[in-house]
Amino acid sequence: MKRILLIITTLLFTVFVSSQNADDILKKVESNISSDNRIFESTMIINGARSSRTITSKSYVVGDKQSFTEYLSPAREKGTKMLKLENQLWIYSPSTDRIIQIAGHMLRQSVMGSDLSYEDMMDDRKLTDIYSSKVTGNDNIEGRETWILELTAKVTDVAYQTRKMWIDTERYVPLREELFAKSGQMLKRTTMSEVENINGRWFPTKIVYKDLMKQGGGTEFKITQVQFNQKIPDHIFTKASLKQ
Amino acid sequence: MKIAIKLAYRNLIGAGLRTWLNVIVLSFSFVVIIWMRGIINGWNRQAKDDMTAWEIGGGQYWHEKYDPFDPFTLSESHAPVPEELIPIINRGEMEPYLISQGTLYPRGRMQTIIVKGINPKQDIFLLPSQKLDTLITDAIPAVTGSIMARNLNITRGDRMMLQWRDAGGTFDATDIVITEIFSANVPNVDQGQIYISLENLQKMMNLPGEATIITYRDGHSPGLTELDGWNHKTKQELTSSVDELIKVKSVGTSVMYVILLLLAMLGIFDTQVLSIFRRQKEIGTYIALGYTRRQVVGLFTVEGTMNAVLAAIVGAFYGIPFLALQAKTGWTMPMDTSDFGMAIAQTLYPAYSAGLVIMTVIVIMFTTMIVSYWPSRRIARMNPTEALRGKIQ
Repeated sequence: MKRILLIITTLLFTVFVSSQNADDILKKVESNISSDNRIFESTMIINGARSSRTITSKSYVVGDKQSFTEYLSPAREKGTKMLKLENQLWIYSPSTDRIIQIAGHMLRQSVMGSDLSYEDMMDDRKLTDIYSSKVTGNDNIEGRETWILELTAKVTDVAYQTRKMWIDTERYVPLREELFAKSGQMLKRTTMSEVENINGRWFPTKIVYKDLMKQGGGTEFKITQVQFNQKIPDHIFTKASLKQ
Repeated sequence: MKIAIKLAYRNLIGAGLRTWLNVIVLSFSFVVIIWMRGIINGWNRQAKDDMTAWEIGGGQYWHEKYDPFDPFTLSESHAPVPEELIPIINRGEMEPYLISQGTLYPRGRMQTIIVKGINPKQDIFLLPSQKLDTLITDAIPAVTGSIMARNLNITRGDRMMLQWRDAGGTFDATDIVITEIFSANVPNVDQGQIYISLENLQKMMNLPGEATIITYRDGHSPGLTELDGWNHKTKQELTSSVDELIKVKSVGTSVMYVILLLLAMLGIFDTQVLSIFRRQKEIGTYIALGYTRRQVVGLFTVEGTMNAVLAAIVGAFYGIPFLALQAKTGWTMPMDTSDFGMAIAQTLYPAYSAGLVIMTVIVIMFTTMIVSYWPSRRIARMNPTEALRGKIQ
């Protein structure tokens, strides 16, 4: 009997520690990745079923509630701007000179034909607030030791019921993420690489998104230049700036 | 009057080919106008019948937030089926269906669609919902329309991934298998949508016992005009778009009637002018015999109008078999109607009513009478002596 009690206590303790660890890991990842604000330039290579396209853009991000992106190339997309404030998203298209709000079913459409949908950009809550997590194992990704974290939704209004994340044990940077539907079907896979130390923080500069439902080779997102904690004027995050 | 009719008849027959040309052209107008109006009537009837059979039944209850023209409302337009309707639903006189949005991935392509959950055992609609009862262990059976199947390039038996967000917003995905592709003349039940069983969709959406629309069988209205949280839509309201469309189309086809009538009336008008010009001696004689000018005008008007009477008789000879044949075999439109975006069959069956035929005859007779009278007015201004001498006035 004593033996059984000891085993149960040990198991409960292990689960508790593992849960604590997973939450701590996530918090460290969030603090490492997030910043008060950042300005970055990026290149998005969309590998479609038939051809590939490259789109460059410049983004201004404050916290995780406000972001403003201006597309710089190709010529067809140049001048297109996207503004996200809390849970609202607007797009300005220079060809029509119109601002449209992306809402409802339009959020399911892909961004510029990529593997990212608008609604992927909308969920800005902290992972620790909406998921309970546990460490389920270890793995080695391209020579880096990682913890495998399994995140299960603890709230009902969450996009993905479960997530699996591979976190670099030393740098606290996610190196891979898999997003699952309620049925267990894997929907998307994200791979982060080219982790660089920028201003004292480890940051993945290359992210490959793959919508597993779609054909094509995924979308490669490469950050070409990033600056943290810069002074970004407030007027950027207004609808008026979309038409400027 | 009797003599006038007799004289008019003799004069007309005496004119020979000129009369028969007029009569044939006018009879053609009769037949074509009746046929065209029959087609419009037939379309109206067919569109409403098809909508009843495929989409609206005898009327519907819509969730108060449901707006078919605003997909943004879909995520909120659902509620538990009202208790007072449950016994009627159990009797099979009403059918609830739930509407949601989803994303379909046929062969890796992404397509936003409407997913409708319907009772597989229903018999209010012609939808092959019984095919949703097909036993497939690792996928959900689904049916879709032929337009949707053509657009997605899918066939029966195809398997594809369906992704959706449940009521809480969580993504979910599963395979569906197309167990049947139906062909309907009502694009509203076909374009951009798939059907799965109501129970499956309620489970998938985490909305047990909920519905967006509840439809009752034609002629079996539950008589509840007020239902808390639901808006009652009568069949008349739901088919008002067809009425409006038919009204617009009727105005459009009226242009054709006018052109046809103009052609026929031009012939009659010319004949009347020629008659008055060439038959001045005859007009003078009538007056000398004691006819008043009005009576002579009347005689010529009757003569002209009789063209329409003869045209009606001639038209009946070839028109009745033609119209009857059309009513039986229908008129197949030369272009594909599936992309028209409205309830229209590829083959339209004209529907004629007594009112339609009588109205057409009256309108043509009246128009012919006016056109015959118009040039005859000149007779009233004629000097009888001069007319008797045949002198051109």
